[in-house]
Amino acid sequence: MPRRKKKYMEDDEVIVLENVGKIYRENNSHALEDVSIRIKKGEFVFVVGESGSGKSTLTKLLLRELTPTQGNIYVLNYDLKKIPHRRIPKYRRNIGVVFQDFRLLKDRNVYENVAFAQRIIQVPGREIRRNVPRVLATVGLAGKYRVRPNNLSGGEQQRVAIARALVNKPAILLADEPTGNLDPKTSLEIMHLFEEINNAGTTVIMVTHDQTIVNAMCKRVITLNKGVVISDEENGVYIDED
Amino acid sequence: MRKTGYISMKISTLFYTFWQGIKNIFRNKLFSLASIATISACLFLFGIFYSILVNFQNIVKTAEEGVCIVVFFDEGIDESRIEDIGEMIRRRSEVAKINFVSADEAWESFKDDYLGEYSEGFLENPLADSANYEIYLNDVSMQASLVTFLESIDGVREVKRSELTAMTLDGVNKLIGYVSAGIIIILFAVSVFLISNTVTIGISVRKEEISIMKYIGATDFFTRAPFVIEGILIGLIGSALPLGVIYFLYNKAIGFVSEQFTVLSSLLNFLTVEEVFKTLVPVSLAIGVGIGFFGSFSTVRKHLHV
Repeated sequence: MPRRKKKYMEDDEVIVLENVGKIYRENNSHALEDVSIRIKKGEFVFVVGESGSGKSTLTKLLLRELTPTQGNIYVLNYDLKKIPHRRIPKYRRNIGVVFQDFRLLKDRNVYENVAFAQRIIQVPGREIRRNVPRVLATVGLAGKYRVRPNNLSGGEQQRVAIARALVNKPAILLADEPTGNLDPKTSLEIMHLFEEINNAGTTVIMVTHDQTIVNAMCKRVITLNKGVVISDEENGVYIDED
Repeated sequence: MRKTGYISMKISTLFYTFWQGIKNIFRNKLFSLASIATISACLFLFGIFYSILVNFQNIVKTAEEGVCIVVFFDEGIDESRIEDIGEMIRRRSEVAKINFVSADEAWESFKDDYLGEYSEGFLENPLADSANYEIYLNDVSMQASLVTFLESIDGVREVKRSELTAMTLDGVNKLIGYVSAGIIIILFAVSVFLISNTVTIGISVRKEEISIMKYIGATDFFTRAPFVIEGILIGLIGSALPLGVIYFLYNKAIGFVSEQFTVLSSLLNFLTVEEVFKTLVPVSLAIGVGIGFFGSFSTVRKHLHV
């Protein structure tokens, strides 16, 4: 009889943080304190806050780069506090990541950058040849598959990064300041792309401090301040105190 | 159906990893070349040293085979006792060969060597008590223990040996052994250090790519394997090159030494290149691959916390 997997969260939930705290031992700084968040499947959530509010720590905790000092984190029914090292790669395959600085491989063209994500999780070649053009079409870059990142605009580079994050069909898309290096018009286009991805069923968690974008989207907004959640609102707004 | 997919996936992974390993070499062209050159230089020196060593050992062995102990018997000993003594000596493991020289044979040999026509004045054999056994050893370092044994045998009058030759050959053998071990250890250490440096630089050059791989969900094996393949390939190329060079140089060097030192031609008994390569090729390749594997594997473990 197969062993039933322990259930850490409700069926419609993808991320659960219970009283999470993180202290960096090196300088004894409290990056997060008593953070409790529950995110449901298919949600679009902004995590906002000033520099040093704990946004990056939260991202690293969700990617299991760090472990919490206290509390529990459950993502897609993985207990991130107890997950063995050898299972971390398998866990991360469920999460697509997009960075502010794109992090594309400069020595490879658009197609190879996206295919790279599939190759490293050992997807067979014929599937890669089928999946990559499809996802490039989704992000509007079907015609630029042979171009190197350096010959693309910032917005196009971010689209490649999104395609790379999407190609492995993750349940969650985690975007860390994805519009930080883009002009307002391109930022809005990228946000529309994220909205389309979200509408297709992928849960989107976006860490940002871009007030205009957050307020234009009317989504759930979780605000962090000095490591503490100070507000968590549906159709929320972000008031940048700077 | 699923199984076929799984197998093809694994093969494609293998090819991808291998290809990435080759690409790594070209990405850090300069450091790869430096590593290959240094490993080649180390293994070239190793090859040269090994060739000299095995030839020297061969020459020493030939010389050892010529070193003999001569056993003389008590006066009036009967033939059956001589045979018994011969049998006792033959049973000793350090004995390679034993020859019986009768008193008549000893006199004939002495006459031929030293007296010539003047021997006709001797009516009787003046070496009547000179029947002996000539004993040749497997290992010259065992001479002392064999002599002690021979001297203890009843019926043995005298044991003649060349102690100086035996000690010199034994000493030379040991010296060559120690020096070669020392040089080989130094060469290994230098090569491992260089491979390790190349891989460290390779990792720092590809830090961005490695971090992306980790975020996307690459396994530790998948992240590490290209670097280990890179190290192995560098080691393999670094070991194959000097073998080629030594192959061409060896015969020329042997020819040159034989021509220049014709006086020593009877002593200088060189091995053929094929005889030397029978051991040198597998050992060099194994060392190259080993250095590449361990150098890169330990570096990847140290610098790649995935």
